[in-house]
Amino acid sequence: MDAAFLFGQLFNGFSVASLYILAALGLALSFGLMRVINMAHGEILMVGSYLAYLTILFVPGPMGIIVAMLVAFLGAGMLGGLLEVTLVSKLTSRPLDTLLATWGVSLILQQAARDLFGATGVSVTAPAWLDGGFALGPLQLPTIRLFILLLAALILGGLAALLRYTRIGLLVRAVNQDRATAAAMGVNVRQVDAFIFALGAGVAGVGGVVLALLGPVTPTVGQGYIVTAFLVVILGGLGSVVGTTLAALMIGLFMALSQIFVDVSFAQVLTLIFVILFLQFRPQGVIAVRSRALDAE
Amino acid sequence: MKKGLGRKSFLALTLACTMLATACGKSESGNATAAAGGDAIKVGILHSLSGTMAISEDTVKNSTQLAIDEINAAGGVLGKQIAAVTEDGASDPAIFAQKANKLVSDDGVATVFGGWTSASRKAMLPVFEKTGNLLWYPVQFEGNECSPNIMYSGAQPNQQTLPAYDWAKEKGYKNFFLVGSDYVYPRTANLIVKKHLEKDGLKLAGEEYQPLGGTEFSGVIGKIKAARPDIIFNTLNGDSNVAFFKQMAAAGLTPKVIPVMSFSIGEQEAQAMGPALVEGSYAAWNYFQTLDGDANAKFIKAYKAKFGEDKVLTDPMVHGYVDVYVWKAAVEKAGSTDPAKVRAAAVTLDAVDTPLGKVNFVKNNSLVQTAYIGEADPKGQFKILWTSKGAIQPEPYDPLAFPGKTCSIG
Repeated sequence: MDAAFLFGQLFNGFSVASLYILAALGLALSFGLMRVINMAHGEILMVGSYLAYLTILFVPGPMGIIVAMLVAFLGAGMLGGLLEVTLVSKLTSRPLDTLLATWGVSLILQQAARDLFGATGVSVTAPAWLDGGFALGPLQLPTIRLFILLLAALILGGLAALLRYTRIGLLVRAVNQDRATAAAMGVNVRQVDAFIFALGAGVAGVGGVVLALLGPVTPTVGQGYIVTAFLVVILGGLGSVVGTTLAALMIGLFMALSQIFVDVSFAQVLTLIFVILFLQFRPQGVIAVRSRALDAE
Repeated sequence: MKKGLGRKSFLALTLACTMLATACGKSESGNATAAAGGDAIKVGILHSLSGTMAISEDTVKNSTQLAIDEINAAGGVLGKQIAAVTEDGASDPAIFAQKANKLVSDDGVATVFGGWTSASRKAMLPVFEKTGNLLWYPVQFEGNECSPNIMYSGAQPNQQTLPAYDWAKEKGYKNFFLVGSDYVYPRTANLIVKKHLEKDGLKLAGEEYQPLGGTEFSGVIGKIKAARPDIIFNTLNGDSNVAFFKQMAAAGLTPKVIPVMSFSIGEQEAQAMGPALVEGSYAAWNYFQTLDGDANAKFIKAYKAKFGEDKVLTDPMVHGYVDVYVWKAAVEKAGSTDPAKVRAAAVTLDAVDTPLGKVNFVKNNSLVQTAYIGEADPKGQFKILWTSKGAIQPEPYDPLAFPGKTCSIG
């Protein structure tokens, strides 16, 4: 096995993980805070992809994609906020009903996309500055994948800073730790819920822009990533941001590295087995390891 | 209490919307298009109008409809108008089976035109065998199947896969990488290619599959880079191709660096993907829009007049169109729309003049036709590089991959 292939797969693992992070963060945030499983999350990714397509129609040129990310973040965020206020917040006490209702929303959004843009899907072309690659010894790293890695890192960093250093972050942490006490102390729990849901949707919207750069934009584009995103959230444990990040890296790297030995379709089976086995030995997911380690410090 | 009721009705509303959305999504249901009375002959058109295959199948539905409209305008079949009932298979084999059953059993159609993926055809096959009805299947496929209830007008492996393989061999390519969607057509077509590689002493650089509709190709591309093949045989289906070519280009592997021979990319897909992405790559088909001939020119003109000047034509679209004309000729020869009689007439017809040239079905229910290799140009059209020596007799069972099997339909 040559070294370039090994390092290439390592890079692919990080690259795929960065996609999973963007797809799973919103799920993890809303699950962590509200214990809500949002079945429409994949469609929020899809909305981000279509917003990218629309933005680039109106803002062509090299910076179109940056504008698109802003538009997708705000648009998907607003959609998420709307969904939370009108639907999810009404059903939080009944998790199964939320599951069903958000699944209904996902079907409605898919059909709406089909009616608006046609079933055949549309295409977003990456700007020229994302073309080509970056040579690193024998390795040729696609610029676009590096860009996505950087983007995921920036979003994670931004999110961590938001939760750590801002007042709204303080409120979110308070609600996350003890919803009832936070409410008793005068925190508007409803508003915090809506904010986090919208924020998670916004991140998914940016994830959708990234998907549009890599593949076709279709009404079902989010479906391809949503199962893995759920897997990441479960493996991450308890909907924590750190756990989600670690889980995304584990799954991405496991998938990429197992592809060295088996074919690509079988690697997906192995990944699922890996997650199942992992949860057998650590049902609480990865984060428990992490938090205990932190406690010990 | 009031609140509880509110929630319940809200949920009911959500559920109702969900069901509505599902119904809308899964069916373009039931409206017979021709303004014909009870005296019309009903036929079914069954293609994916949604889901990952819609990119390819939607236009086959159009060309099938065009043929029906043309025939109706010219007086119909046996003096009757044709009324098409269109259904959406939604890129899901189970829905194809269910819709085929609906068309045959509930709508009572005389025959059905449709299908693209082999998975959808395999799912529909039992329906047609059980009801004795007839399916006209317009897409190239992997062979290894022969049923009296399906008319296979798309290429058999010896009319597409093997001519492409022989061409690549002649060009001096020795190391082949096979990439496909993970289902029956790519796996079987690649099995045939592998048998021939083995026999010819050529090298298999690798073989990888993605789930149908899959869009993450970093692993596959990593393997292609490591294996450094001379040529890639691409049997990906639907819009996975967009992701594959996009990510190949991003990794610096344009078709100019490693040639790609595609078996499911035609003019329509090239257009939808952005021609720049596939420029310089090869495709093997029995039809390209650039084909010479008056019948083809007339077909292109009629299609564009009906569906738009910017539209392009592809091999499966032409087969979808040709199928209707052959069905009409067979119905007229048989003097009946009874599927068994129509089949018997169809395989003994003289060659019918079509945009493909003169073609005819033979006893194994498949079409005799010519193979072409084309190279994608900057407009997404294909320059024909190679033409087979005359029309090729269809052979569903490759002797190397399926020794001893033959197709014998009574």
